[in-house]
Amino acid sequence: MTATTLVDKAAGPSAAPGAARKRRTRRRGRIIALLFVLPALVLLGALVVYPVLFSVGRSFFDASGNRFVGGDNYTEMFRDPATLKAIRNTAIWVVVAPALLTGLGLILAVLVEKVRWATAFKLLLFMPMAVSFLAAGIIFRLAYDEDPDKGVLNAAVVSVHDAFQGTSSYPTARARDGQGLTRGQDGSYLTGAGLSPGDSADLGLVGVLPKDLPRGAASAYPAASRTAAPDELRGVVYLDFTPGGGGKQGKVDPKESGLPGMKVEAIRDGRSIASATTASDGSFRFTGLDNGTYTLKLPASNFAPPYQGVSWLGPALVTPAIIGAYLWIWTGFAMVLIGAGLAALPRDTLEAARMDGANEWQIFRRITVPLLAPVLTVVFVTLVINVMKVFDLVYIIAPGPVQEDATVLATQMWLVSFGGGNNQGLGSALGVLLLLLVIPAMVFNVRRFRRSQR
Amino acid sequence: MNPATNPAMNTVRRGLGNGLVQAFLVVIGLVWLTPLAGLFVSSMRSAQDTAKGGWWTALASPGQLSFDNYSALLKNAGMTQAFWNTVLISVPTTALVVGIAALAGYAFAWLDFPGREPIFLLVVALLVVPVQIGLLPVAKLFGQLGLFGTIPGVVLFHVAYGLPFAVFLLRNYFAEIPKEMLEAARMDGGSEWRIFTRLVLPVGRPAIASLAIFQFLWVWNDMLVALLFADSSSQPLTVELQSQIRQFGSNIDVLAPGAFLSLIVPVVVFFAFQRHFVQGVMAGSVK
Repeated sequence: MTATTLVDKAAGPSAAPGAARKRRTRRRGRIIALLFVLPALVLLGALVVYPVLFSVGRSFFDASGNRFVGGDNYTEMFRDPATLKAIRNTAIWVVVAPALLTGLGLILAVLVEKVRWATAFKLLLFMPMAVSFLAAGIIFRLAYDEDPDKGVLNAAVVSVHDAFQGTSSYPTARARDGQGLTRGQDGSYLTGAGLSPGDSADLGLVGVLPKDLPRGAASAYPAASRTAAPDELRGVVYLDFTPGGGGKQGKVDPKESGLPGMKVEAIRDGRSIASATTASDGSFRFTGLDNGTYTLKLPASNFAPPYQGVSWLGPALVTPAIIGAYLWIWTGFAMVLIGAGLAALPRDTLEAARMDGANEWQIFRRITVPLLAPVLTVVFVTLVINVMKVFDLVYIIAPGPVQEDATVLATQMWLVSFGGGNNQGLGSALGVLLLLLVIPAMVFNVRRFRRSQR
Repeated sequence: MNPATNPAMNTVRRGLGNGLVQAFLVVIGLVWLTPLAGLFVSSMRSAQDTAKGGWWTALASPGQLSFDNYSALLKNAGMTQAFWNTVLISVPTTALVVGIAALAGYAFAWLDFPGREPIFLLVVALLVVPVQIGLLPVAKLFGQLGLFGTIPGVVLFHVAYGLPFAVFLLRNYFAEIPKEMLEAARMDGGSEWRIFTRLVLPVGRPAIASLAIFQFLWVWNDMLVALLFADSSSQPLTVELQSQIRQFGSNIDVLAPGAFLSLIVPVVVFFAFQRHFVQGVMAGSVK
């Protein structure tokens, strides 16, 4: 600038050639500037701006693209059950996921500051952000597997359930007809004849494969021959099957195994008096019984099918399950962003509150959260924008038959346009809807930018 | 005595509270680690072992674990091709986005041309445009240009949709360069190109690094764009793997190591460039 002024002065009163040169350099500068921005503008124009306009136009035409149908695709969107389902699911995502993530991120950001290994923890939780949705999808397809012998989540659920409810060891066991046991309506088995103290009873069952016998099951033969004391009712529950053939039905043969862990109840006058669990040789006994006639009962819980856990990827739970996988990916992001806001809070305010005797909860509720409100808003808005576009996770985690229960706008748009639907008019309308939904975020960004420029 | 004023009591209580906090965070940490550990252990078990029991049973019998699945994967021509395609897509995309956006960012920050302000506002508005809206029209366009199903097509699409954020980030960073620095360089007779390569790029290195890492991961991890624009010879790892998802149960010995292979590169990048990575993701999250 200074150089040009000097030249102008030296040129004296004849300013015209100087001005011309100035104009020329100015034009040259503009051409250079345009060369700098041109590659970006060409790509943005051809592959972003033009497609937006094209999609808006295309959304007013039918599937073939030849007939103008006005707003029909948009009304169709809210009439077609599949797209309606997608709109509903996206609404669930938008309501649930950002709120959960912001809340969880806030709690973890506050708590992690109290431990010395905060950095390691933050790194661990942030790491899933580096992982593709596809890999995360495969990770959670594995974790959510319905078979408790495959999916870690159901394995955990089943073991917790069994720890509280107990397991039934013999879902397949049953009694032979006419061997003394009759089946109750609830699936239990009862001895028919009245038994009195001093009697013993051998309860034979079949239908258990020898390989399914609990480890440590011992032969029932020795226990079956013991006699009962006068105030005692005893016996064995055994597998009435001799491996390799032979043996007599309804009798405890030498090679026959006891059924350990079977619950047995002693019943008198329709009321359960005592209960016992069989030992490793299948033996049980009730002592100190009053005189009277008793019936023995093998309750139905012995034969209940094993608890199989939760059907995570079934139609009912698939969306919450996928949101769970999404939390795994994004919680670290929310935590780190909120943590940065937390670090910027005025220390004096917090200290003053502590000096005044406020407890941690009061400080959190009355000071930290209100001061963090702007950061929380940014995190929340960011998450809303991202959640609306979720595609890969749903596409990968939801198994084929459940795909339509889990579908969201982005997957539906894909299905309708390319995945067999082949209705590019409706597909374009769904794309435009997606764009309309993020327009508030667009306005927010532009406004924030203009403000920062003043 | 008021417990709040008793320092010993307070210490005890804080210690107890801290213990609870630690325990809670350890549990959360384990919950976060378990799915990943599950994938890794699963990736090292044979199909037969997987059919017999969950991956956690392998912890008791480590003899089940081997790298056989990985060596099988490396012999699988489709997989290795897909891995190279992933590299061939993500590296050029990253270089192009950074280069084109740096040029434009400099022009928007410091050069004078007609329509500079409104055009830049348009770029800011384009930040949140969903990729989905571009799929159909660009597919038609690429079909006419012969780019459909090719790696350059996938790259171009990614570059275009990476640009708004990249231009936005770099323009804002370059705008912070002190005016005196640029004017001094101009007075020394430096051309704009020289100023750009010798001054702006070196000064902008931190922002460029964050952008490059973010962009690289974004493209490396993409499935949606490649699902449409790549064909079977140009598809990246993500698309190759998703094509096997349908038979999920019987394919775990292929899917698990494949997924691990696809995630190990970004995770290494993450640990190697933690700071840049976190900054890049934070800044890029507005997309």
